[in-house]
Amino acid sequence: MIMDLTVGLNHYLILAAILFAIGVMGVLTRRNILIIFMSVEMMLNSANMTLIAFSHYLENAGGMIFTFFTLTVAAAEVGVGLAIVVTIFRNTESLDVRKLNLLKN
Amino acid sequence: MDAQTIVFAILALISLFSGIMVVTRKNPVHSILFLVLMFFCFAGFYVMLGATFLAAIQVLVYAGAIMVLFLFVVMMLNLRDPEALEGGTSFFQTLGFVVAIGFGIVLLAFLAGKPGPGVPTFPPGEAAYALGDAKSLGQELFHNYVFPFEIAGILLLAAVIGAVALAKRERV
Repeated sequence: MIMDLTVGLNHYLILAAILFAIGVMGVLTRRNILIIFMSVEMMLNSANMTLIAFSHYLENAGGMIFTFFTLTVAAAEVGVGLAIVVTIFRNTESLDVRKLNLLKN
Repeated sequence: MDAQTIVFAILALISLFSGIMVVTRKNPVHSILFLVLMFFCFAGFYVMLGATFLAAIQVLVYAGAIMVLFLFVVMMLNLRDPEALEGGTSFFQTLGFVVAIGFGIVLLAFLAGKPGPGVPTFPPGEAAYALGDAKSLGQELFHNYVFPFEIAGILLLAAVIGAVALAKRERV
């Protein structure tokens, strides 16, 4: 099925899974809080692609509606998240996540 | 091999390349530009899946608004030396790399298995392509999902107020 030459549901799912894993890698290995945030956006998008692929192949609009709401939540999340990034930069003069250890002591 | 498969392969290669670039570039501006490229590829996938309205939204909201917001923040913060942020590799970064690779392998192994009952293995009919255009999606949204739609509006309002309140605060 994977080797089948016409593109199908499985191809979209595999691509979304790989991109999600790349996003996980970005979150776990980077120190710049902006790039971590972008990796989270990448993971959100690959989940969206999974939803739309299922929606298309099951001929059911539910996944597309869900993606619509995910997009709304993502927009809200980016707005608040970037405001938090700006506040963090104001307080620590840096975007390094290693400096965010106020609660550690 | 039909045209759709070729387009899928090209878009998949570009999006995988730009995804890897996003998490490996040291300068956040380069990451942002590669992410924009990736979001355009995603819009292409959405068109191929018949979700034309969501493809337009993807370009407008993600590649347009959200990434411009990211660029504005990078510009506003005026990082003098973004490369210096990433020092040597620590133990936890190596661990995170291994965990992410393992996570990807687990996901792919799950997908490589036999599909369960109810998973479609055949290509959808012509009707599936009309499912995601603005008309049918809007009808679905305003007939069956009016209440979630209103809640999404309230969420956006709360996010706007929260963002302004956070960014406006003085140094604490």
